[in-house]
Amino acid sequence: MQATPMPPLSAAEPPAPRRLSQAVDTFFYDNQIVRNFGLATVFWGIAGMLVGILAAFELAQPAVNMNTAVTTFGRIRPLHTNAVIFAFVGNGIFMGVYYSLQRLCKTPMYSKALSKIHFWGWQLIILSALISLPLGFTTSKEYAELEWPIDIAITVIWVVFGWNMFGTIAKRRERHLYVGIWFYIATFITIAVLHIVNSMELPVSFMKSYSAYAGVQDALVQWWYGHNAVAFFLTTPYLGLMYYFLPKAAERPVYSYRLSIIHFWSLIFIYIWAGPHHLLYTSLPDWAQSLGVAFSVMLIAPSWGGMINGLLTLRGAWDKVREEPVLKFLVVAITAYGMATFEGPMLSLKNVNAIAHFTDWIVAHVHVGALGWNGFLTFAMLYWLWPRLYRTELYSKKLANTHFLIGTIGILVYALPLYWAGFTQGLMWKQFNAEGMLQYPNFLETVLQIVPMYYLRGIGGVLYLAGALLMTYNLYKTARAGSLLAEEKATAPALLPAAEDPHADAGHWHRWIERRPFQLAFWATVAIAIGGLIEMVPTFLVKSNVPTIASVKPYTALELQGRDLYIKEGCSNCHTQMVRPFRSETERYGEYSKAGEFVYDRPFLWGSKRTGPDLHRLGGKYPHSWHYNHMMDPTSMSPGSIMPPYPWLYENTIDYSTLPAKIRVLQRLNTPYPAGFDQRAEADARAQAEGIVRDLKKEDIEVKSDKEIVALIAYLQRLGTDIKVKPEQAAAAAQ
Amino acid sequence: MTIIYLLIGISLLVALLFLGGFLWAVRSGQYDDAYTPSVRMLFDEEPDDPQGPKSDNSRQA
Repeated sequence: MQATPMPPLSAAEPPAPRRLSQAVDTFFYDNQIVRNFGLATVFWGIAGMLVGILAAFELAQPAVNMNTAVTTFGRIRPLHTNAVIFAFVGNGIFMGVYYSLQRLCKTPMYSKALSKIHFWGWQLIILSALISLPLGFTTSKEYAELEWPIDIAITVIWVVFGWNMFGTIAKRRERHLYVGIWFYIATFITIAVLHIVNSMELPVSFMKSYSAYAGVQDALVQWWYGHNAVAFFLTTPYLGLMYYFLPKAAERPVYSYRLSIIHFWSLIFIYIWAGPHHLLYTSLPDWAQSLGVAFSVMLIAPSWGGMINGLLTLRGAWDKVREEPVLKFLVVAITAYGMATFEGPMLSLKNVNAIAHFTDWIVAHVHVGALGWNGFLTFAMLYWLWPRLYRTELYSKKLANTHFLIGTIGILVYALPLYWAGFTQGLMWKQFNAEGMLQYPNFLETVLQIVPMYYLRGIGGVLYLAGALLMTYNLYKTARAGSLLAEEKATAPALLPAAEDPHADAGHWHRWIERRPFQLAFWATVAIAIGGLIEMVPTFLVKSNVPTIASVKPYTALELQGRDLYIKEGCSNCHTQMVRPFRSETERYGEYSKAGEFVYDRPFLWGSKRTGPDLHRLGGKYPHSWHYNHMMDPTSMSPGSIMPPYPWLYENTIDYSTLPAKIRVLQRLNTPYPAGFDQRAEADARAQAEGIVRDLKKEDIEVKSDKEIVALIAYLQRLGTDIKVKPEQAAAAAQ
Repeated sequence: MTIIYLLIGISLLVALLFLGGFLWAVRSGQYDDAYTPSVRMLFDEEPDDPQGPKSDNSRQA
């Protein structure tokens, strides 16, 4: 705007002669890295949405998976979530941070080499996810599915990002840290802590590990992580970006800077406690659930403070919103943020959660946040940045407006049917008839009721993607019309030493810290976290105080193999293993789930969505042959089922090569297998498999005992049977 | 469930870290002025562009 360097505009600034005599530095902002992250955002965004559409239509029509393992829902659902969260939004965060941080700090990034390592490292991590998830390498923990070598790579690249960011902040020419930067810092610190704690796992082999936590504990850590991945990867960085790009696009300051400060500190403090609301009515102790509910309800205050601050920034500028697509996207993004953060606390109330949990209501809820808040804010940033990076005007405002329209309709067509579906199914599960029996005892009936909604949501997704494709074309034409300004020249006065700076708190006792405050804070955090982890983790691994149940025993070797197949195929994406203590659930599934039943579950497999029925009490419910036929073709046992067939389980042979290592790792994690069992495990598993094959033969089914299906059947038949006492079994057998 | 002690510990650690950051920010004068920063961020210098007029068109509004 100004042609010549000027001191920052300040109402209260006193005439400062020292500043005038001060040297003015000339330097160059790195726009290339911003553009590269932008390209990656668009590319992975489209890829992630495509996978999402494939997954959506597989729910409506399972044949869409083309009957291949790598495209089956259980394997590509984590691919979709990882792609849109860490590839699309992740690159979007880095694009926005690298652009705004340089300008807010009036300095280029700390190190171009670190920027490049960060960029290519992150893309390689995404590529490794793209390959490993469809192949079935997964920990099964939601949004943390990637296996241990990739977890380590994420940690390294995250540190590179932090190093680069704190280095930039340290050499800034603007003493005051703008509120956006506070959000970036909180994002960095919290994600580092969450990722490290939740990824504690012991490797069995390359690309296979077992969680360091078991059962209830694993669930608690996972959702402490899972909720805060939403909070500190999808929310805080984007709030920081909102505080930069919204005032820039509206060309007016944020409504209340004071409110933004309160918003920041209250939000980050409260968010970290809300995780247990993902585990209401589960085997998690009640007090932990209540803690999660209380903090979730409190969250509405800072969240809405931020939303109101964003919307009021546009006061007096709503005429611009009518004209400017960037502002339109921002308004819908902030509104979606407000809706999602109102709905979140409501869903955390136990009585609402009782209906909504495990249904498509939650899927609708997260997509309002993802498509509306993250998606639209990302599109706004791209439309705003591209003309500036390429020194030209946007190719077509009309196309951008069309994108806005299609995208908004897409969100509605996506979300409304899923709200309907979730509400419908949640109520059907709980409906009793006049005789006191379940109105819909057949789970499939409640699924078939909502299949039309699955088609509609898929169409909503297609609309949303169509909008994104329009944007890609628009950005491409914009880039072609201009030329990339890779190095943007800028000037700013050097930052005075604190002692001479009238703005600094001169002479304060901690002046020496201020020279390197952020490196210091960063390394102090690392030091504290490492010390804490080394002291605490082994302590907690020694003995768990979950009420143990004497009859609950570790899985047999074959069941363990079957369980790992259950994980590999991603069964927990559609099936829960958590019968909640409601009469509607104990009638349908059997005895409610108890904490002590999961002490050998590494990882826990409670799931978070019931596209199919709960499986925790499946063991012994059907004969082996039922499972054999059902996995071959689910519609043969359940006509109309939307579960895909798993023919490859009948061809693949069980991989026993890592079994001894698995047993040894579990023994190290205090699973009471007898000494030397690692060497006997394979023989033990083969003997059990022979037994299942003999049972199947009685029902005229011929199968070799080394096929994967046999191990899976062994696991499914074990599920939830440990607490069933002998007399009851005897009585059931007699009937 | 012992893990909750670790998680509460870590949550408190993070919260304390943020509290420390807050106190540092207040004491070092980060929040002495809660108005000009919001205005200052709006002003960036336009890059020196030899092709002059092009850069003038870069703002859409």
